[in-house]
Amino acid sequence: MSDVTTATEGVEPDFDVIVIGAGVAGCVAAYLLAQAGRSVVLIERGDTPGAKNLSGGVLYSRVLEEVFPDFLTEAPIERTITRNYIQFLNGSSSIGIDYQDDRLANPVNAVTVLRATLDAWLAEKCEEAGVFLMAGVRVDAVLKENGRVVGVRAGEDELRAHVVVAADGVNSFIARDAGLRTKEPTNHLALGVKAIVSLPEETIRERFHLSGDEGAAYAVVGDCTMGVGGGGFMYTNKASLSIGVVLRLDDMTAKGYASSDVFDHFIAHPFVAPFLKDGEISEYASHLVAEGGLSMVGQIETDGMVVVGDAAGLTLNTGLTVRGMDLAAASGIAAATGIDQALTAGDTSKVGLAGYRTALFASFAGKDMETYAKAPAFLERERMYTRYGQLLGDILYGVFNHDLTPRRRLMSVARGELKRSPVRMRDLMSDGIAGVRAL
Amino acid sequence: MKKTTIPERLARNRYVTDEEESHIHVDQEIARRTGTGKAIVAICPAKVYAEEADGTISVEYAACSECGACLAIAAPGALTWRYPRGGMGIQLRQG
Repeated sequence: MSDVTTATEGVEPDFDVIVIGAGVAGCVAAYLLAQAGRSVVLIERGDTPGAKNLSGGVLYSRVLEEVFPDFLTEAPIERTITRNYIQFLNGSSSIGIDYQDDRLANPVNAVTVLRATLDAWLAEKCEEAGVFLMAGVRVDAVLKENGRVVGVRAGEDELRAHVVVAADGVNSFIARDAGLRTKEPTNHLALGVKAIVSLPEETIRERFHLSGDEGAAYAVVGDCTMGVGGGGFMYTNKASLSIGVVLRLDDMTAKGYASSDVFDHFIAHPFVAPFLKDGEISEYASHLVAEGGLSMVGQIETDGMVVVGDAAGLTLNTGLTVRGMDLAAASGIAAATGIDQALTAGDTSKVGLAGYRTALFASFAGKDMETYAKAPAFLERERMYTRYGQLLGDILYGVFNHDLTPRRRLMSVARGELKRSPVRMRDLMSDGIAGVRAL
Repeated sequence: MKKTTIPERLARNRYVTDEEESHIHVDQEIARRTGTGKAIVAICPAKVYAEEADGTISVEYAACSECGACLAIAAPGALTWRYPRGGMGIQLRQG
């Protein structure tokens, strides 16, 4: 092995692999590499794994079953999502799609999780597989020698490895430190503000028409964000609701609203408030969401290092589904594959680690990022958040409001409302075509 | 649901506050000149930042959720923001 392709210049590395961040991506990569017989240290800045992690959506769980066959029975799952609602909110009206399907429970498609418990479970699986877990340690920087990453520095301590995995989340200071990322433009980022509202299990079942461990998830657009690009979400846990808003940063700064006011507006909205009645906020926090899609992924491997999960911008908003954790898991699998190959070949340079990218883009995760590459630009169209919900509401009002005027045909009502709406026919055409192309 | 203030909500969260150092520093001059001061006051859901009567931005770093939204919108040089030291800061019990 030459100096160019391996980590060391006479210094024996402490581990084959250092994984920074015990979230979904980091844990999956660490677990699989340990199973492959590699020595792995998993460094987590939280006192316990999950203490810093927050999700705002359901987990499409099948990919985790590939890694942990007993995932559905052993992991701390809150509910199985069998009901998906898509809701347009206007000031005084709302329009929804209620998609319920028994097939979503068999096989299980999506589940709700609380990250503090899920990530603790994942890290425990890692430890069982032989991963050395270092919790309560913040990695300050990567160690570089001759331009390649050879380890990490945490305070006074240095650890060396053949490969470092940056699984440190959406802010990814590690990828920035290594020169792989620059500061992200604000239209690529959204702020998620979320509360957990505690409610009795039975109340949740009644309010959401659920039985047993079934769960429901709402995706909400329109008045929930006071017109800011983004949306609201609400989903059921066992004995709580996860509820919040996701707000595109560029639009938030342009509009100048306080994010807490937008959140408060959402939870007080007449459509939302009844679901929360008599509940109690037991946790309130925020998290950034990568919204740049494929264009945000960028460079994910360099000499001695790969970037996975949120840190690699691997999240997807398709308008109907919002995904991150499943893509994180897929990137963890791909990284483990690429790193294992590189270690076997004795070449952990950028070229040697290219198997990660190949595996990622051969998987559903990479392919979906490509399929939805145009979604972020489409979802930046302002009308999505303000005018279409209102237009739809006005058309339905025209249909249902029997004010003793003679009825008009649906198309005529729609044409009339479109005429009165600030939405122009050409906007509708343009958005329609763009939507078909992007989604 | 009873309306609660942000401090009331945060009181339910668990934090381990680093008494020795703040993980956030505002360059008051740049923050004022670039508008970053007002912008971070608005963007922070935990109301870590407040504009004082004299126009300076005060920082209640112990209330931080560590999301990084302020850093993402800050003008270059206006804000120094890193994660708290290992084991410190917010400790989510649910997430």
